[in-house]
Amino acid sequence: MTEGAHPTHKVYYLVFLALVIGTVLTWRIAFVDLTFFGISFNPEVAVLIACTKATLVILFFMHVRYSSKLTMLTVAAGFFWLLIMISLDLCDYLTRGAVKPL
Amino acid sequence: MAQQKEASTFGMWVFLVTEIMMFGGVFVAYMIYRLKYYEGFVAGSTSIDVTWGFINTLVLICSSLTMALAVSAAQRGVVRLQKIFIIFTMALGLVFLVIKGIEYHQKWVEHHVPGGTWQTFDPQDIHQDLIKEGKTPQAATEIAHQTEIFFCFYFAMTGLHALHMIIGLILMTWLLLRVSRREFGPDYYTPVELGGLYWHFVDIVWIYLFPLLYLINRTHGKI
Amino acid sequence: MSTVAQTPERVMPDRHYLNDNYGIRSWLLTKDHKRIAILYLISISVVFFIAGIFASLIRLHLLTPNGALFTPDTYNKMFTMHGVMMVFFFLVPSVPAVLGNFVIPLMVGAKDLAFPKINLMSWYIYIVGVTFAMAAIVSGGVDTGWTFYTPLSSGFLHTNVIVMVVGVIFAGFSSIFTGLNFIVTVHRMRAPGLTWGRLPLMVWSNYATSLIMILATPVLAITLILLGLERGFHIGIFDPKLGGDPVLFQHMFWFYSHPAVYIMILPGMGVISEIIPCFSRKRIFGYSFVAFSSIAIAVFGFVVWAHHMFVAGISVYSAMVFSLLSYAVAIPSAVKVFNWTATMYKGSISMDTPMLYAMGFIGLFTIGGLTGLFLAALGLDVHIHDTYFVIAHFHFIMVGGMVMAYLGGIHFWWPKMTGRLYPEAVAKLAALITFIGFNLTFFPQFVLGYLGQPRRYAIYAPEFQVLNVLSTAGASVLAVGFILPALYLTWSLKYGEVAGDNPWRATGLEWQTTSPPPTHNFHETPVVTTEAYHYGSESEEEVRVVP
Repeated sequence: MTEGAHPTHKVYYLVFLALVIGTVLTWRIAFVDLTFFGISFNPEVAVLIACTKATLVILFFMHVRYSSKLTMLTVAAGFFWLLIMISLDLCDYLTRGAVKPL
Repeated sequence: MAQQKEASTFGMWVFLVTEIMMFGGVFVAYMIYRLKYYEGFVAGSTSIDVTWGFINTLVLICSSLTMALAVSAAQRGVVRLQKIFIIFTMALGLVFLVIKGIEYHQKWVEHHVPGGTWQTFDPQDIHQDLIKEGKTPQAATEIAHQTEIFFCFYFAMTGLHALHMIIGLILMTWLLLRVSRREFGPDYYTPVELGGLYWHFVDIVWIYLFPLLYLINRTHGKI
Repeated sequence: MSTVAQTPERVMPDRHYLNDNYGIRSWLLTKDHKRIAILYLISISVVFFIAGIFASLIRLHLLTPNGALFTPDTYNKMFTMHGVMMVFFFLVPSVPAVLGNFVIPLMVGAKDLAFPKINLMSWYIYIVGVTFAMAAIVSGGVDTGWTFYTPLSSGFLHTNVIVMVVGVIFAGFSSIFTGLNFIVTVHRMRAPGLTWGRLPLMVWSNYATSLIMILATPVLAITLILLGLERGFHIGIFDPKLGGDPVLFQHMFWFYSHPAVYIMILPGMGVISEIIPCFSRKRIFGYSFVAFSSIAIAVFGFVVWAHHMFVAGISVYSAMVFSLLSYAVAIPSAVKVFNWTATMYKGSISMDTPMLYAMGFIGLFTIGGLTGLFLAALGLDVHIHDTYFVIAHFHFIMVGGMVMAYLGGIHFWWPKMTGRLYPEAVAKLAALITFIGFNLTFFPQFVLGYLGQPRRYAIYAPEFQVLNVLSTAGASVLAVGFILPALYLTWSLKYGEVAGDNPWRATGLEWQTTSPPPTHNFHETPVVTTEAYHYGSESEEEVRVVP
């Protein structure tokens, strides 16, 4: 994509539609029990839909799809660092009591 | 000028990364407590009005559309459309805040506002709902007590978000003033673009807040 | 043997950034990165001396086992305020906001940073932060320790935590804006021919530092905001009575504060990377390794934070993970030390003051860094955590390392910033006094910690008194070592010898313009055709200035 190019209004309306559908979907699916093999997948589905919506906003409304590689790297880095914080914190909280101290 | 716009946009994204990390911090804390006090979080989440939350999400998504169209109008130098879309964006933002106010008021009236300052927290209604669901009185008391932490996060996270909305409205007001002075056109519309980036970011935070706060577990059919 | 160039005539330029505009408004409303650097220099020097006074009071109090000066509560305030002022208001901004602000646009061949107004705003935000901190100090102080651990800070203690915390948040935002400016400047404003591989290592270090500032500081902001909310509205995110977890505060706090120690040391390493090649007349050994090690430190620094929490109650499994990662983060720092040493090997060393500070840095930082490995070992940490061993460890790095690097940098770029040379003999003496005073102050503390003296206690067991007295004696010598530069550097502003454009015959674009530089830095945009540090090559002035 050329830097500085912008999406057309058609793209904006399509993305808007997708976002609305995503919102309605999230809302309705929260009332449906998505338990398979004994695990509830509701939270994962909710987060997945939210991530999809966020990605659409970032790529199209915020023009990242049409921006430099540096911009894309910057956005990716931000979310990656958030992932570091989440995973290493969970590393503690999920394993409390897992290894018996000597 | 183009180089300056690229530098400014890049700078704005670097700033937004700081916002990702800041909101991320409280999201991580939320996540840890949700794991620890799942039932309390479910009870708390069920007691906030999902319809208002749903409407607010749609409101913000609409405002993102109008903001994107405002930036597009600025890029084409169409002053009338810039004004219209920015005003619509601001109006939707105000609607969001009003609905938030209604929700906060609901919480106050239901005695769900946490903390020692006002000392009004009293999850009687939640306690009763839990008993109706079949929990033992002891478990119900425990879970109702845990909802106080949920509400701490509810107010902290939506409060921080609302603060960012208010800052966004101030930014929009400033942009509107500059649009009225016909400052933006194809050669220069960077402030509108940067304002758009900020506004969309605040929208994204809400896109995550809605499921995480309102939709923790609604599969037992209550609204 | 001095490297000061013996050119027959050294003159100050007629017009430069200091005399281009007069009046207080031209300073307080300046957008010139050089003037903003001077504003920061003055502010953080004041902060340094105030925090130093608290340090002196601590050491004086610890002359006797039962505490010579204060009640325990007051003593708690002394070390808290020393720590808060030094960490947030001196060390974090020191090299980036003073030396980085001054030198980085020059080093990349730009007229200024990417966002000059934001640069000025960052200084004002810093001043607001300092004001809040001073207000907290003057109205009774804070006694939670600079780490603000809950539930002490969120409910138990009745000191001005919120005011202090607001000040720290402002200081944090100031650093965010500085970092943002540096990142955009380095990406977007390099002179023609200045590829990433030709950048001075000072730029690489400050760039890596800026990455950390951007990614870590916001987490501090939200942590302190939540702490403030907890304290102000008595909500219970960290309060055990409401089911909150105090360890969560520590996780969130150290997620910032560990990378923060790299914010504090990386710029100092950048300064050392500039000084060593210049005063060894030799190009840096392993440029790419040093450059990438800065980025490696920045990245690895984010995954080791819980080594501050080994005995706080985190799971044993995660403690093992963090311990392993902490060993990994030592490697890039070691790479730098090896490369600096290799640079000096067979170099033509001249013992000018900046070089004295740099050599002191290498030795003391290495000791401090190695003792970090002791602390990263789980079994050992159980014994030495929260003892004077930890205090000695971080003071070796922060004072023996960072402050010396800062002073070395101030001396190295003083001629560029002011157009004057400082008096060399006095400066060398001060460096020596600082080195001796430092070792006498902090080496005994390693022994004390190993023997078991706990930190943050107002009293100690009588058998520790001799070492404590030694430490206090050292502190008084160290104080002299710090006061001397304040005096002779100020003196040199009026009476110092005129420096000329490049008294050290250093490479680097900042030395290709006048001392002091003109407001717009360069009369013509420089074009870079050589690597950085081309010492000892055919012609040391290979940088062409395009007419």
